[in-house]
Amino acid sequence: MNTATETGAIALTPEQVFDSKVDQEIRIEPRDWMPDKYRQTLVRQISQHAHSEIVGMLPEGNWITRAPSLRRKATLIAKVQDEAGHGLYLYSAAETLGTSRTEMIEQLHNGKAKYSSIFNYPTISWADMGAIGWLVDGAAIMNQVPLCRTSYGPYARAMVRICKEESFHQRQGFEILLTLSRGTEAQRHMCQDSINRWWWPSVMMFGPSDDASPHTAQSMKWKIKRFTNDELRQKFVDICAEQVKLLGMTLPDPLLNWNEVRQHYDFGPINWEEFWSVISGNGPCNKERLDARVKAHEEGEWVRQAANAYAKKHRQ
Amino acid sequence: MVKYLYGDYGDREQVKAGSGEVTLGSADWPLWEVFIRSKQGLDHKHVGSLHAADAQMAIENARDVYTRRQEGVSIWVVESKHVHASNPDEAESLYDPANDKIYRHPTFYNLPDELTHM
Repeated sequence: MNTATETGAIALTPEQVFDSKVDQEIRIEPRDWMPDKYRQTLVRQISQHAHSEIVGMLPEGNWITRAPSLRRKATLIAKVQDEAGHGLYLYSAAETLGTSRTEMIEQLHNGKAKYSSIFNYPTISWADMGAIGWLVDGAAIMNQVPLCRTSYGPYARAMVRICKEESFHQRQGFEILLTLSRGTEAQRHMCQDSINRWWWPSVMMFGPSDDASPHTAQSMKWKIKRFTNDELRQKFVDICAEQVKLLGMTLPDPLLNWNEVRQHYDFGPINWEEFWSVISGNGPCNKERLDARVKAHEEGEWVRQAANAYAKKHRQ
Repeated sequence: MVKYLYGDYGDREQVKAGSGEVTLGSADWPLWEVFIRSKQGLDHKHVGSLHAADAQMAIENARDVYTRRQEGVSIWVVESKHVHASNPDEAESLYDPANDKIYRHPTFYNLPDELTHM
């Protein structure tokens, strides 16, 4: 006899069950009931994240054929291959929410879905491979580590896998810059120039400041996000301001200063106009990046069809 | 009858958001679930999913996506549509029979501390 449930008080609404799971740090899994807004927020965030990994292969792919040694080339290929893998983990996680790969790719190609604005900047010197590893991957890691505890199970699991692989990316980047910083005058100059160009776009990677971030409050409540954009940005600045000293280089911010009271570094104002302009499509490489993605997809069409035809024939 | 598909991954590309309804007609290659044995002596464990045209391609893609750092010595792939799952909404009644049987655990039995090797 099952008296426990019969006597067991008030029936909860699906939303109350969901909220209480989130409160108790019980992960939400794909077939659990969830609010539509929660699902939409996740699809937007995870697919945007996946697109960033895939588009992020382009600026670095640019240097594979010109890497200065076999060791650097092998490393860079491995790193770019990792980014492809990260994109795939994330697309799979997003698909558990009811969207399809085709749909997501379409939204990337027609500009409806965004990707991280950082990848719309050009990679004009070898040092950029170092600065991307150190700063861009560094900022990404800062964002991603808390996401390993995000409330949606498949997203959290994908992030655990990604974070494990990401630390090699950052270390190889710093090593590239360290080598340049101990090199000739021209190499040192190349190193500083690259840091100068990548610093502010990396600081912007954390997204709009908290008072201008429309999704933050709700995402924090649902434990999709664990820290606000500004909290993570401050952490990043504090860490990089120390690390740059090891390179004997500087960060391009005259207002960067240790604040004894706050126990944090103060830093200069962010050029939000540039941020919004790049996001809305006017960065130096937006068109080039999207064109490259669309071209790769279209030129791969015959491969997808051939594989389907082959599989079909073998089923018969 | 409603078909309940595997709870974590699976025919999601056919399930409309929130509705739980199954629809057909995706342009994607079929979805596969990937299971990896990390070393001899351990079980295969679900690691994620991927799209592939057939089983052979699914295994090759799984090799590239999930074992770039020697994470596995054996790969299983199963087309997601073949996985059936319990319904999370019925979890309470499904697992209820085990709730009041704590005597199935060794700690249920009160034995003197002097008793050793047990």
